[in-house]
Amino acid sequence: MMKQIKSVDELMKLKEAALEKIKERQASGKTTIVVGMGTCGITAGAREVMMAIIDEIDKRNISDVIVTQAGCAGMCQHEPIVEVNKPGIPQIVYGHLDEEKARRLVLEHVINGHVIEEWALVQRD
Amino acid sequence: MKLSNKMRELSHHLLDLIENSLAAGASTIKITVIEDTSGDILGFEVGDNGEGLNEEEIEQIYDPFVTSRRLRRVGLGIPLLQQAARACEGDLIIRSEKGKGTTVKTTFRRSHIDRMPLGDVASTLVAAVAAKPDVNLLYNHLVDGREFIFDTSWLISKFRELPLNDVKVLSWMKGFCREGIKKLYRGD
Repeated sequence: MMKQIKSVDELMKLKEAALEKIKERQASGKTTIVVGMGTCGITAGAREVMMAIIDEIDKRNISDVIVTQAGCAGMCQHEPIVEVNKPGIPQIVYGHLDEEKARRLVLEHVINGHVIEEWALVQRD
Repeated sequence: MKLSNKMRELSHHLLDLIENSLAAGASTIKITVIEDTSGDILGFEVGDNGEGLNEEEIEQIYDPFVTSRRLRRVGLGIPLLQQAARACEGDLIIRSEKGKGTTVKTTFRRSHIDRMPLGDVASTLVAAVAAKPDVNLLYNHLVDGREFIFDTSWLISKFRELPLNDVKVLSWMKGFCREGIKKLYRGD
């Protein structure tokens, strides 16, 4: 038997979960770029890296890219860290980025679909 | 004990405070920057309606090394900012209530030689919107009585179901805020 919804709180939680699913569905097919924006990231220049990525995507008129952020991932010594998730190629976590590298990353990885292996910290298949 | 602070702009600290508010589950964040040249004060405040902290948690926040991550959301950010403010004859104060929200207020002597520049606040606001486009950000910047206001709740209501983190929207936002803040110093 299906579990019954007892309170409005539970109902709202279900609604939130459904919305999350919709968002995920909309995001699939899109490239997601996640910038680490913990205190460690900010100190290392994560905000500047994020602005360079946004600027490059805007200038090149690329659609279907979402730029967002995450907190500290516990790899503070490698900040600024950026995770790129482009459908069809491995998900890569890049480290030690700066504005210039971030712009090249948009060109090489996001547009051309080539992983820049020398900057990659982690590869998830 | 002296912490080594590698933040280069106060707007980096501002972003760090906003990140704390976002992590606390805030749906509304009010950011106020006040510059008063005759009173020689620069202050900023970040107030949210997030989950809030109890007294013990507030105490722990000021201390960079007391407890583990598990027990609190924030790390070195607050102690660093407090140290920076105190070095400039200012201070940092946290007011918080469990279930209601948290306000962090900080002041600096504006002309103090060690005071970091305010820096690129527009980028800080854009980074915050990119993080959580559905959060209402109310930014209020006062310079000697001149005021710049940027309120994302207005944009959110206009955009309806479309999130504000579209790259074109973010770029527009950065330009708009940069212009608005720049005008505060020209005095026209």
